[in-house]
Amino acid sequence: MHLTLHVWRQNGPDQSGQMVTYPARNLSPDMSVLEMLDHVNEQLIADGDEPIAFDHDCREGICGSCSMVVNGLPHGPQKASTTCQIFLRNFRDGDDIYIEPFRATAFPIMKDLMVDRSALDRIIQAGGYVSANTGGAPDGNALPIPQHTAEAAMDAAACIGCGACVAACKNASAMLFTAAKVSQLATLPQGEAERGERARRMIAQMDQEMFGGCTNQGACSAVCPKEIGLEWIAKLNREHIRSKLPQAT
Amino acid sequence: MSNVQLDAKIPDGPLEKKWDRYQADMKLVSPKNKRKCRVIVVGTGLAGASAAASLAEQGYHVEAFTFHDSPRRAHSIAAQGGINAAKNYQNDGDSVWRLFHDTIKGGDFRSREANVYRLAQVSNHIIDQCVAQGVPFAREYGGQLANRSFGGAQVSRTFYCRGQTGQQLLLGAYSSLSRQIATGQVRQHTRMEMLDLVIVDGRARGIVTRNLVTGEIKSHAADAVVLATGGYSNVYYLSTNAKACNVTAAFRAYKRGAALANPCFTQIHPTCVPASGDHQSKLTLMSESLRNDGRIWVPKKQGDKRPAHEIPAAERDYYLERKYPSFGNLAPRDISSRSAKEVCDEGRGVGPTGRGVYLDFADAIDQFGQETIRQRYGNLFDMYSHITAEDPYTTPMRIYPAPHYTMGGLWVDYNLMSNVPGLFVIGEANFSDHGANRLGASALMQGLADGYFILPYTLGDYLARTQRDQLTPDGAEFKQTETETKAHIQRFQTGSGKRTATSFHRELGELMIEACGMSRSAEGLQGALERIPQLREEFYQDIVPPGKEDNVNSALEHVGRLADFFEFAEVMCHDALTRDESCGAHFRAEHQTEQGEAKRNDQDYCNVSAWEHTGVDSPPQLHIEPLKLETVKLAVRNYK
Repeated sequence: MHLTLHVWRQNGPDQSGQMVTYPARNLSPDMSVLEMLDHVNEQLIADGDEPIAFDHDCREGICGSCSMVVNGLPHGPQKASTTCQIFLRNFRDGDDIYIEPFRATAFPIMKDLMVDRSALDRIIQAGGYVSANTGGAPDGNALPIPQHTAEAAMDAAACIGCGACVAACKNASAMLFTAAKVSQLATLPQGEAERGERARRMIAQMDQEMFGGCTNQGACSAVCPKEIGLEWIAKLNREHIRSKLPQAT
Repeated sequence: MSNVQLDAKIPDGPLEKKWDRYQADMKLVSPKNKRKCRVIVVGTGLAGASAAASLAEQGYHVEAFTFHDSPRRAHSIAAQGGINAAKNYQNDGDSVWRLFHDTIKGGDFRSREANVYRLAQVSNHIIDQCVAQGVPFAREYGGQLANRSFGGAQVSRTFYCRGQTGQQLLLGAYSSLSRQIATGQVRQHTRMEMLDLVIVDGRARGIVTRNLVTGEIKSHAADAVVLATGGYSNVYYLSTNAKACNVTAAFRAYKRGAALANPCFTQIHPTCVPASGDHQSKLTLMSESLRNDGRIWVPKKQGDKRPAHEIPAAERDYYLERKYPSFGNLAPRDISSRSAKEVCDEGRGVGPTGRGVYLDFADAIDQFGQETIRQRYGNLFDMYSHITAEDPYTTPMRIYPAPHYTMGGLWVDYNLMSNVPGLFVIGEANFSDHGANRLGASALMQGLADGYFILPYTLGDYLARTQRDQLTPDGAEFKQTETETKAHIQRFQTGSGKRTATSFHRELGELMIEACGMSRSAEGLQGALERIPQLREEFYQDIVPPGKEDNVNSALEHVGRLADFFEFAEVMCHDALTRDESCGAHFRAEHQTEQGEAKRNDQDYCNVSAWEHTGVDSPPQLHIEPLKLETVKLAVRNYK
């Protein structure tokens, strides 16, 4: 099949960028979108041109590196998928495909489709952990955790930190990302001691990184490759209020 | 006179007391002095992140390097199945001894008893530690931790988080690391690739890195260097490894004097989604658990192109069940992979490329119903149909083996220190625990054992015994190494070639999978050893100059990594050729039983082969560490 790509090219953070058109010919419907970019890059490299820069790594939907908007949707036109898991059979021969980076004030563009998502790391650094030093942990079975609790925590913990939620949100809010980690640890007994402090600090960091607020539109959850649910944002709000109560830790 | 001295430094005493004795005898660094020590950790996967966090908690200053944009993206994240521990929660007869014994046996008696025993001992602490961090392991209804049997083990000792165990364990280690980054005890360096090791007065004292965004070449000094840089399956180009996984950090250390041990021990995983064509950029693993219910077959006739459902039972060859009646479809990974290759080599492979075999659930669906099969494997079936656009409930899956894990790596002693003082190597990057084959769910265990519970002690012992100073990265050794690093990059910029790194990498990969993959022979390996230097020469002649150095440039990164893979591939083939026996995943066609099973030669090869670099154009020098199996009795694997 043949496609026409329109790809955002931008040389560096402080430079202006533009959409550049590339013909992508002789493609297989079994190729992933990233393999299509590989294919275009091969030609660019062979011609001595600069390849399109994009983050990618595991190519099986778990590392969270992919960070592009395909035809207006973060990751692209397939539910519960990262870009690396979207195959060209989702497009029609002759289609035009528009590829842009995730866009948000908190995600400055580094080059082409590569953005700086270190703000998400700093939200985790602000409190997305249990302060358990290595060594001396009690036996894993000393603390029984009901299966439904463990499963709920796992639902939230499945977040891959890609930032599609931010890219999809009209406010560029990182509420779903933050909610996933806060909720995982607030659901489990291990997270209890730092529960309030964690919510307060992670939310403060989120604001400091210039992520926007949440207006409950749900675009984040709709594009989330791991289908992290909106209910976790409700939980984050509850955790936030709870943390302001006098007795909360 | 060679510089390589292999002393495994295994503590005296009975096997089960060695680690306790080591801990009792080791020297400690005082809290005041820990603050003055600086440790470089390269890589932030399970091993690197857990080591960096644990060292920082102890009070060391840690510099953590990753070429990703965040420590959380390391390829440990993709591990699916689980992590072993000898908890015996199921009361099914498991013990430290049994986990140790299974690991030694699984490695076909080519690993060190003392290291493996220690691994089994600390395995239980890992589970406790991860639970304390909030890793959401699967639980029983009563709240107890759930276990499953994995990879043919006779006990249920595998802990798991759905099919995302690696992700959850890595996020646990990453959260501990993040906490230390916030305190300033760890300084993280993201999008930085290690390109060389700096040795000062015979000790590893720092690294040279390239900033992948600005191109800056920079030196970093420390009291010790820890490599946690993963495996080298991408030497085959197509593997289950992430695209960026490479051998460069380990290989540059090798070129600075660290010995490479057993590089030919590579694991080819039997159940992966087959390549769909020449555009394939990597392969995707399907959990081995599928073999519990799926039946593997190919047509009896060569070139039978009928769709699966048109081939009657009498014309199907369920080759694993036929050859291994008692283990059948659950035959070990290496046997299963090799058998798949054999039937495809005979022209009986299925799918568009002819490199595939069926994994058929029709009988299991008849027996248990589609709903049960959906409950067991629903997410895997979804993943498969997502990738291939085929429905495994109605059409048999197609699978083919793919390189997945590398047991070989830099040689380390009991302290996890290489033969270069001050250079420690942990996780998949070292060679120490898995022998000639790794058991399922043991990679996560080893990465975290090294990082949480072994290195933080052994590194302290080294630092306590070593004269410390406040070295800065501006001495002659650092400048010299920087100059050499820059020259290495420049070497690719001057030509006027036309071929891309991907095209060369693909060719190298095809050559390696054929000559040094599932089945090896002296003839094939000698051919590869002739061809690789020629291909490397063509690579230097014909490569397209990768262009800009002061910006993000994936072409430049790939060329540099591929140059190391070329040289590394030769060491691998030397190792495979020299090891004139079959063992574990290393199958030499000359050494098989009448039934086509691997035939070990314990008389001559119950040892570790460690290779010393002697120059790009001269063969590496072999050093032997004999393996003294004092506790385990050598036995022949029998999966009939």
